[in-house]
Amino acid sequence: MIKIIYIMWLRQIKRYWRSKSRIIGSIGQPMLYLVAMGFGLGGIYQKAGGGNYIDFLAPGVISQSIMFMAVFNGVDLIWDKQFGFLKETLVAPVSRLEIVLGRVLGGATISVIQGILVFLLTLVVGFKPENLSYLLPSVGLMFLIGLFYASLGTAIASLMKDFHGFQLIMNFLIMPSYFLSGALFPLDSAPPALQTIASFNPLTYGVSGLRQLMAGTVNYSLGIDILILIILSSITLSITSYLFTKIEA
Amino acid sequence: MSKANINSHTIIKVQKLTKKFNGFTAVDDISFTINKGEVFAFLGPNGAGKTTTIKMLTTLLRPTKGKISINGFDVKHHQHQVRRSFGIVFQDFSLDEELTAWENMYFHAVLYKVPGNLVKKRINNLLRLVSLSDRKNDFVKTFSGGMRRRLEIARGLLHRPQILFLDEPTLGLDAQTRNKLWSQIYKLNHKYQTTIFFTTHYLDEAEKMASRVAIIDHGQIVAQGTALELKQLTKTNSLEDAYLKITGKDIRQESVDYMSKMRLRQSRRPR
Repeated sequence: MIKIIYIMWLRQIKRYWRSKSRIIGSIGQPMLYLVAMGFGLGGIYQKAGGGNYIDFLAPGVISQSIMFMAVFNGVDLIWDKQFGFLKETLVAPVSRLEIVLGRVLGGATISVIQGILVFLLTLVVGFKPENLSYLLPSVGLMFLIGLFYASLGTAIASLMKDFHGFQLIMNFLIMPSYFLSGALFPLDSAPPALQTIASFNPLTYGVSGLRQLMAGTVNYSLGIDILILIILSSITLSITSYLFTKIEA
Repeated sequence: MSKANINSHTIIKVQKLTKKFNGFTAVDDISFTINKGEVFAFLGPNGAGKTTTIKMLTTLLRPTKGKISINGFDVKHHQHQVRRSFGIVFQDFSLDEELTAWENMYFHAVLYKVPGNLVKKRINNLLRLVSLSDRKNDFVKTFSGGMRRRLEIARGLLHRPQILFLDEPTLGLDAQTRNKLWSQIYKLNHKYQTTIFFTTHYLDEAEKMASRVAIIDHGQIVAQGTALELKQLTKTNSLEDAYLKITGKDIRQESVDYMSKMRLRQSRRPR
């Protein structure tokens, strides 16, 4: 079982690593957020007594880039569906659970690599992590965020036949998740309705956890963040596995 | 080229097989058997139900009704054993273009649990068989259509399947590559007694290679037998004429239409 999961995981990693334009391209958007919003709103944030905005923003942008990369890796399944490779795995004498686990773990790993790259970028624009010894736990949390969103992306892709619904994912899942997660503004000063909506958003707990580990700012307790992400990842992974077994080529 | 290396053991048995999609009947109550070592051509116009049948035989689609037995195993209840029994070359390419030829083969070896000590030797032998040894470390995206097909055939044979399904394996290939490919398939059939189940738009291939032919139209098998029997039945001189008489459709025009569709599909592939 481990070997099948490993080979599926390895395929994802190789494909990512070989696509240099994808790696470079995926850094563009976080860079834009860090520079445009970080420097653009930094002054106002500081005047309002919020402190250094880059320190606040960096964990949010890292979480966002992990979510993007993980969802897109999951949705990558649609390419395999459309261009044939999926069939090669579906006719193999292995359980679909092994295949889906390999794919999702591959997506989660790639999103962690992405998170680390963006973290390095945040250092360049002036982010100062609170405590360097928390970097390793931060990577663990990045993996949990990646695991949840890679599962979610794969679940969505299991239901989709082509990329026609892709814009729907962008407009109704990715962007709202990002803007309503507390990545860009502090949730405690947001209207109560927005805070309630954010509490139903899985990314909120990813941002909250990373911000606590990296910048020392507490929103929810780290234990709650981790617990919620583990529960959500387990539920989503189970649903994804079920949907994957139902795929007919 | 003499025809297939057959024995009397039934390796594929299809009974009253039906597949419906939202009320549309794609495959309608078909039955046939294929013996071990046979080269069986499954012919029919576009949309007749050929690929749907192959998908059901290879566990990719669940039949609405009917029974399929592959190598003695029921497709519905023993999927893993069935899957170990066959190799397949799909109508559309199913290689990972971002991996090398070797990596695609290795990936398959792991999925099919080929014993570790045999993997390297088998991959090298098969790549030699399909004349791709010198390109084994090249990315598949740099391969021509013919090279991809050859690699897919090699990959399909890596786990030593008893049956090889070939869905339009030579479509879009030049005559020289087609000949080369068929001579390799012929070698496999004779060397390992591999049963070959194939579909094609090139009826000369079917006439030359197949020990038996079935023609499917509107989801039903409308004729079955050796090429000679079909020619005698329709009082024609070639399988192509027999086909035209049975289905009323010109397979050459269909082949051109289909290839245009395939090219369009390939051009939309992400780079």
